Amino acid sequence: MVVRVRVNGEWREADVWPGTSLLTLLRDAFGLYGSKNACEQGECGSCSAWLDRELVCTCLVLAAQATGRDVDTIEGLRSDVESGVVQSAFVEAGAVQCGFCTPGFVVAVTDLLRHDPAPTEAMVREALSGNLCRCTGYAKILDAVNLAATRLADVRS
Amino acid sequence: MSITTPGPGRGGIGESVPRVDGRPKVTGEFPYASDLNREGMLWGETLRSPHPSARIHAIDVQGALRTPGVVAVLLAADVPGRKVFGLDALDQPVLAREVVRYAGEPVAIVAAEDHELAREAVRRIVVDYELLEPVTDMEAALRPDAPKLHPGGNVVRDLEIRHGDPDAPADVWVEGYYETGMQDQAPLGPEAGLAVPAQDGGVDLYVATQWLHADLEQIAPCLRLPEEKVRLHLSGVGGAFGAREDVSMQIHACLLALRTGRPVKIAYARQESFYGHVHRHPARIWMRHGARRDGTLVNVQARLVMDGGAYTSTSPAVIGNATTFAAGPYAVPNARLRGTAVFTNNLPCGAMRGFGAVQACIAYEAQMDRLAQALGMDPLALRLKNALHTGSVLPTGQVIHGAAPVRELIERCAALPMPPDESPLDRDPIRLPGGAGHTSHGEALARGVGFAVGYKNLAYSEGFDDSSEAWVRLSRDADGAIAEVKTAAVEVGQGLDTIVTQIARTELGVDRVVLRPPDTMIGSAGSSSASRQTMMTGGAVQLACQAVRAELERRIGSHAVPDVVEFLDPPIEAIRTYHHRATQPLDHDGQGDAHVTFAFGAARAVVEVDRELGLVRVVQLAVAQDVGRALNPQSVRGQVEGGSAQGLGFALMEEIELHEGRVRNASFTDYLIPTTLDMPPVLSALVEEPEPGVPFGAKGVGEPSTVVVPAAVLAALRAATGRALERAPVKPDDLVGLRAIPALRRPPP
Repeated sequence: MVVRVRVNGEWREADVWPGTSLLTLLRDAFGLYGSKNACEQGECGSCSAWLDRELVCTCLVLAAQATGRDVDTIEGLRSDVESGVVQSAFVEAGAVQCGFCTPGFVVAVTDLLRHDPAPTEAMVREALSGNLCRCTGYAKILDAVNLAATRLADVRS
Repeated sequence: MSITTPGPGRGGIGESVPRVDGRPKVTGEFPYASDLNREGMLWGETLRSPHPSARIHAIDVQGALRTPGVVAVLLAADVPGRKVFGLDALDQPVLAREVVRYAGEPVAIVAAEDHELAREAVRRIVVDYELLEPVTDMEAALRPDAPKLHPGGNVVRDLEIRHGDPDAPADVWVEGYYETGMQDQAPLGPEAGLAVPAQDGGVDLYVATQWLHADLEQIAPCLRLPEEKVRLHLSGVGGAFGAREDVSMQIHACLLALRTGRPVKIAYARQESFYGHVHRHPARIWMRHGARRDGTLVNVQARLVMDGGAYTSTSPAVIGNATTFAAGPYAVPNARLRGTAVFTNNLPCGAMRGFGAVQACIAYEAQMDRLAQALGMDPLALRLKNALHTGSVLPTGQVIHGAAPVRELIERCAALPMPPDESPLDRDPIRLPGGAGHTSHGEALARGVGFAVGYKNLAYSEGFDDSSEAWVRLSRDADGAIAEVKTAAVEVGQGLDTIVTQIARTELGVDRVVLRPPDTMIGSAGSSSASRQTMMTGGAVQLACQAVRAELERRIGSHAVPDVVEFLDPPIEAIRTYHHRATQPLDHDGQGDAHVTFAFGAARAVVEVDRELGLVRVVQLAVAQDVGRALNPQSVRGQVEGGSAQGLGFALMEEIELHEGRVRNASFTDYLIPTTLDMPPVLSALVEEPEPGVPFGAKGVGEPSTVVVPAAVLAALRAATGRALERAPVKPDDLVGLRAIPALRRPPP
């Protein structure tokens, strides 16, 4: 079946098997490898992206469900100010080790800070509890979120 | 002459330099092995045995071959060269021949035009199995009448360490029996690689691994190709923790690429990843500790059995570690420590962070707490009294010549601030054990504090010379001096690439350092395991830089030097190899100078247990670690925190559940690893006593926190509940007393 999706603002289409997930569409049909496949069950958040501006695990969305809709991925954040601050904060805080979970975390943290610019630690922990990291123990990821939130507050004020 | 080393803030050693690969990793551009793609590429898939023990009578591949888009189906008979591989013993079939020895063993491989077709083709292969009685219990495997997995029997390695007078009497004895489960490394990036057939009849393999050259040595003979025709290139590695120590998809992808003449990619999904790599050995450990009334340890008796699963992998080294460390980081004049790794029809077990030391620490630290109780002594005082130090003699007779600041670690860890008390009633429910799923109001909460000390060897032991080679080139371009560094060492996420650039900056006095991609065109760097790369590859890079610098100084001679770049035409190159000090195998009595050196750690855990619901919240972890010298303090703390998380997981939730040899929880839905809601703050104290004889005095830092945190969490749970809790991971049933406490079991013969 042919699916047509607006990915990072640009309409793209592909002829895929009906069982294809949005994640597989992004990766294998469109060559957008920034969204990672680590569990295929919506448990790890490594494939996080936005479907019509809502945060989703793209492994749990059928490509067909995305037809005619907006999908925004880590690759689409290149000129986004908020996520740029988040990305820099991750590097500076030491929140990256192997980095396989990192694009998913950057998307999830950007989404969190768009909705809540000054989350408490408990809120950050809850918001990111669907993103697994096996390397860092999360401490420096939480530091990065704080750093990004502080800097974004400075930008806004 | 004058060559200046970088001043503060220039990115040399000792600074918290940001990761060199940080930027591409946060933008999603960093290419991992599973992201590889080539024009005309096929997808490979693996058919695995569903049975733990069976004889293969026939395999019908016609259905798979008739599937449109399927290009090749290969069986054991299609392996052109050696039919087996293995890191230590060559006993693991590339594809199963007459028998399968574990559920998950590869039987056939398929290449097809796309991934889904390849999966479909695998489902259409029909195998006629005759089911055999599996051996799934490690003690049953030792019985004389047990079915033999391999011609030599079911013992992978058996060793006994006899030290002093193993029958020496003591005033007070405590005895205990402990079990640990099978842990999965669960790196976020599943196994993946791309094999590309080459014009010369060889193959180029782009792969995520821990040790390129060990893979090469195992791959080439199976392909019946000389090693120079098999070229391995490191692709992006999404974590490892031991899971990539053994070969997984490497040989399969090369076989399919050579057979089809097209690039072939294999990328495991999560479920297959659980079957496709080795795991942490489950262990059963019996211990008796004897001490004088004043708390001086007199005698330690230990009997350890570990389940190595179906093939050898690294079991000999794992049981070697567990047995040599069985008395813990304490001086003990008399000991009898016996360890046995066995074959069973369970998943093969091998390397995982902490490698044998983790299981032993759970047992010996529980024993130290029991002993303290029996003596009426403070548990920390007992540990301080017996702590190893430089000059101490280990049960193997090895004398510790390096840094061993065990007392300082204990004191520094204990001095880290405790978390404040919290009332259960007025807090965010997310901060209750079980979080928002908590169904009471915290009436049955109890806090407990536990402490553990432990240690582990750095680099490979027992006579192994795991050297590392580095090439360094210093040249000039329009912007000035530039250093290039090439090694075969694997960045798995631990931060080695950053450390290497820091070392090159410090040694050469240049700002710009470029790393060439690792491959097998240079000599081996050894494995990114055993906390060894900073010492080994860091050492090789340091030596090569020093050789370059010596040549630069020779060129400069007595000239007045406006700028060293004037002397870099032609560029200066050097290749150097770093060897750690030689070690010895253990003799018949388990005696020998077997380990290169050691890193020690201490952990304190504060937990909160709901004693009615069996739910746990770890409130805080505090870790003091012996690091020699912190070359990149931020990165070192990152290792301590990440290692602590894997330790917490092992203590509380992570276990591969096997039933009759079959994995029941091969997914992240059913195999739980810690999330942001499980991990507490981790306080860390870095104890910097430089290690003599190693580059910059820096010890490897990856493993000690994983060794000590599980034992500390178990101790804290015991303190909170008053229960014995002799098995890790501790489950809710254990905490409310619903699972039978194993009576003290006798060691097997």
